[in-house]
Amino acid sequence: MDDMRYEAPDSQDSAISMLAEAGGSGKVLAGGTDVLVQLHAELIEPDVIVDIKSIPGTQDISETDGSYTFGAAVPGMVLMGHEGFSSTWPGVIDGVALIGSIQVKGRASVGGNLCNASPAADSVPAMIAAGAICNIVGPGGSREAPVEDIVTGPGKTSLADGEFILSFTLPARPPHSGDAYLRLTPRTEMDIAVVGSGVNITLDDDGTCTAARVALGAVAPTPLLVADAADALIGSKVDETALAKMGDACSAACNPISDKRGTKDYRIKTASVIAQRAAEIALERAREN
Amino acid sequence: MSERKDIALTINGADYEVSVDPRWTLADVIRDHCGQTGTHLGCEHGICGACTVLVDDVPMRSCLMFGVQADGKKIRTVEGLADGEEYHPLQKAFMENHALQCGYCTPGFLMLATGILEAEPDISDEDLNDVLSSNLCRCTGYANIVKAVRAARDEMKAAG
Repeated sequence: MDDMRYEAPDSQDSAISMLAEAGGSGKVLAGGTDVLVQLHAELIEPDVIVDIKSIPGTQDISETDGSYTFGAAVPGMVLMGHEGFSSTWPGVIDGVALIGSIQVKGRASVGGNLCNASPAADSVPAMIAAGAICNIVGPGGSREAPVEDIVTGPGKTSLADGEFILSFTLPARPPHSGDAYLRLTPRTEMDIAVVGSGVNITLDDDGTCTAARVALGAVAPTPLLVADAADALIGSKVDETALAKMGDACSAACNPISDKRGTKDYRIKTASVIAQRAAEIALERAREN
Repeated sequence: MSERKDIALTINGADYEVSVDPRWTLADVIRDHCGQTGTHLGCEHGICGACTVLVDDVPMRSCLMFGVQADGKKIRTVEGLADGEEYHPLQKAFMENHALQCGYCTPGFLMLATGILEAEPDISDEDLNDVLSSNLCRCTGYANIVKAVRAARDEMKAAG
């Protein structure tokens, strides 16, 4: 631990070889707002910290034919301040806006929020609902994976040694699309979600839902993509009946723990309520564009 | 011992060159190696905001950043707020509105508010409440802090 090194490579190849060389004892640093806390608490004792912020692509936001790509280390405040992105994906911004205080968001990134692998990470359900894809690089080359495939349990990811997420790509938005993220916390600020839900829907010209993705956070060891909940919305006008059915599917998907913030039963019940409220906001946004 | 890295940074306009251990936070570097102890450390895990400084004019928690990452950066701390003998409008407003009691959280609140009022001089009361919820105060109570920052905002705007 006393020998910990800090490296800030300026190419993905050197980052990959540093991480591969370190085996399991390398730690990727994006914003650092989780890594530094874990270091202080001696939860992690890496031999080398690899800061990815100097690698081309990790700090950029770009758009091609309506599809956005943003770097894994883009700070939350930068993403929130990007007019094009935030008006296209207000639900992702809902989630990012809830990651800590403004000083934390000045550094914290969506890539770090995901790879920290907390079941309660606020940006993750919104990114899953958005259908975001991770652009992963590593010793075996580049690969893509949907956000929902990354977290495998609390603090654990499917990334292999030496692999890290360079950026995220979100699909182009059809007309009449909207997304939203809502969370329930005991306090309004600086708290951790008891339940979080991201909902992303697309309507046709008549207001019938043609596509939907519903995701939940903090109600299972990993964030969840709930296909049954989306199915309850698709083909409907997103009316009360469809919303209730979607809520039931959300409750059915929960596998939560009880802790000081909420019991298992409370989380199961409120998952339905929060998902329905998020869907109502997503619906309103979809109707507006 | 870890491998040291040499960094150069400015704090309130003064140049510092420090050979840093990779584990040192920016707060450690500012306080222990540059002697600027106005920046306080509270929780040391990103919750309380007492250690807030401006890094290239953006409010950051100096406990959540490595010192080595501040290489080439412009740091501003509470020591740089006053202009000689003349207090900054925020400092005056904190005194006039009794916005500090023990004063431990004050440097963090002052630097948070400085960063925000410089970036958004017209910030609304509601948005200001949201911003100030970033930091903790355990003795004054928040009402006077909010009052002081609102007063400073109004005065800074009037002064142009």
